[in-house]
Amino acid sequence: MSKKSFRQAINEAMRLEMRRDPNVIIMGEDVAGGRGGSAGIKDAWGGVLGVTRGLLEEFGEERVLDTPITEASYIGAAAGAAMTGLRPVAELMFVDFVGCCLDQIMNQTAKFRYMFGGKARTPLVIRAMYGAGFNAAAQHSQALYPLFTHIPGLKVVIPSSPYEAKGLLIEAIRDDDPVIFLENKVMYDEEEDVPDEAYTIPFGEANLTREGADVTIVAFGRMVGLANQAADRLERQGIGCTVIDPRTTSPLDRDTILECVADTGRLVIVDESSPRCNMATDIAALVAEEAFDALRAPIRRVVPPHTPVPFATALESLYLPSVEKIEAAVTSVMNTRVTEKA
Amino acid sequence: MASEITAITMPKFGLAMTEGKIAGWMVAPGAKVQAGEELVDIETSKITNAFESPVSGTLRRQVAPNGETLPVGALIAVVADASVPDAEIDAFITRFQSEFSEASGPAEAAGASADPVLVTVGTHTLRVHELGGGDATPLVLVHGFGGDLKNWMFNHAALSHARRVIAFDLPGHGGSSKDVGPGTLRFFADVTAQLLDHLNLSRVHVMGHSLGGGVALTLARDVPQRVASLSLIAPAGLGTQINMAFINGFIEADRARAMQDVLKCLVHDKSLIGRRMVDDVLRYKRLDGVQAALRTVAAACFPDGRQGDDLRDVLEATQIPATLMWGAADEILPATQGDGLLPDSAHHGFVDIGHMPQLECASDVNGIVGTFLERHDG
Repeated sequence: MSKKSFRQAINEAMRLEMRRDPNVIIMGEDVAGGRGGSAGIKDAWGGVLGVTRGLLEEFGEERVLDTPITEASYIGAAAGAAMTGLRPVAELMFVDFVGCCLDQIMNQTAKFRYMFGGKARTPLVIRAMYGAGFNAAAQHSQALYPLFTHIPGLKVVIPSSPYEAKGLLIEAIRDDDPVIFLENKVMYDEEEDVPDEAYTIPFGEANLTREGADVTIVAFGRMVGLANQAADRLERQGIGCTVIDPRTTSPLDRDTILECVADTGRLVIVDESSPRCNMATDIAALVAEEAFDALRAPIRRVVPPHTPVPFATALESLYLPSVEKIEAAVTSVMNTRVTEKA
Repeated sequence: MASEITAITMPKFGLAMTEGKIAGWMVAPGAKVQAGEELVDIETSKITNAFESPVSGTLRRQVAPNGETLPVGALIAVVADASVPDAEIDAFITRFQSEFSEASGPAEAAGASADPVLVTVGTHTLRVHELGGGDATPLVLVHGFGGDLKNWMFNHAALSHARRVIAFDLPGHGGSSKDVGPGTLRFFADVTAQLLDHLNLSRVHVMGHSLGGGVALTLARDVPQRVASLSLIAPAGLGTQINMAFINGFIEADRARAMQDVLKCLVHDKSLIGRRMVDDVLRYKRLDGVQAALRTVAAACFPDGRQGDDLRDVLEATQIPATLMWGAADEILPATQGDGLLPDSAHHGFVDIGHMPQLECASDVNGIVGTFLERHDG
């Protein structure tokens, strides 16, 4: 056990699974990037942010496929490879590029098991980075997990820390269904203790990162860390928060969310994706339907405005949820109260 | 004598603890307190435990109020004789606080113990954590099925004042490698003996809990000359009955809710099993190879749902001094399995305590074992 970054944890998950199972292959744009330079290094970059570095060296060009910039072709090829029994981990680089290969994911990969009467398996993982805060502008900053969550047949994973990332990615690679694995690009240098061995974290079980009696906060990916910080500050003010990291948006651990709301009676949802039809609206609907009588205050969503992600740094940070915004939302649900009609 | 002032500082329960919360004072300021008397409940992220006064005197100040969270080593109270003037107490507190805040980090300031190390023994890698020093016969701690060295979090440091105390993870457990060979008590006893060789320890006291108690008895049977004494907590090997619902539940559970229910069987006070403790166990359970290892151990040690090893005659055959501790509310191994083995003076039953007295009534266990070891040193 040692401290590892989010980047190292993800790299280690792929490396361990490639050692364990010769059917696991890597493909994508620049996963072995930087070849042909004068330094003689095979993959000087190892992906646009260095996540796949060293895999080409260890596993060779037959298992680490550097693809052309043609998402439609290599995501389609990965889906086909998965049907033949390989276990491809295809990297889409920025999740925003899904626009170029949505048919392969939405109409093909996600539907195979259903269309072939349960006889087809598609053990495909599509990795992509998401999220604002990297000053990468509107076409490279979106948080598109609601889009994938919307499509039946896909599993959608959003790790919130290095420990979570390694265990969830190994689980994704061993899963026999297509899994979308989304990495917040701002988190690659975050570190924590991560075991050296392989381990798996099951899908569909939320993790409680804080426990408190007053307010339930549901947060996704990088927002979990911000929610934890807000919860710690609020605890010093005497407000106890339970923070739920669902880990996967599909499947979603409805039971844990509903149980926590039943205990606290107040709900704040932190979601950095665009606010219309996102995870926050989905969970708000779930709780309004299933736990309405437990609510002691209106549900609050901490979400960005319905605009493209701004490029200007000041506007970008204003756009995103923050610790302060989460604190303010929690304080507001503590101060409002649902009154019964006479 | 009048000038003796004792700083009561935030204790460190186990490796992971960096801070603790004052969950409730049990002694009022100005009241007299005896050494060993419970002073305050300390809540960590994993568990709440009573902290005992290390000295006798008057509780002159509660520096930390109820509800306050402080780093390990921080001043929480001051004990001194009633005759010590208030001004001296105040000066002591001021001096302590300025020295404490100057220290590099809270954990270091408390004299944090060295981290566990990985040791290669034969084909196994073992996580070993050693505390203490001194000339008295060293003590080795052997945890139970599914456990690890953190099971001794309330005992390890407390027993290490006069001697080296070595806790380690058995193969298949904690941070050790996951190959458990045949998974038998003899296998674990062999590995324990190899660890003693590696550490150049010819003769040690052994304390074992549950399956680890069975390992300790097996070690005593196989190499009696190396075992100075046995401290047995709810040990395996003294009867046939075992709660297989717990064993199988522990092996199968992969979700927090299921695991929490399983772990509650271990204690009488069910509130001790918090979410963090469950998370810790799940982190171990998720590692590749753990489930297979536990299955192998369960099949080898509990064939047909019963304990396969009968070690009742080991104590009489070897004449190794022993003390036996058992919670009367044990739901894993019935406390009656210890009946008739030792004279009453060496057989300690704990009312309203479950399978883990070393956790649930740590101070009682530490007191009994500390006295017992002193008597059998040399």
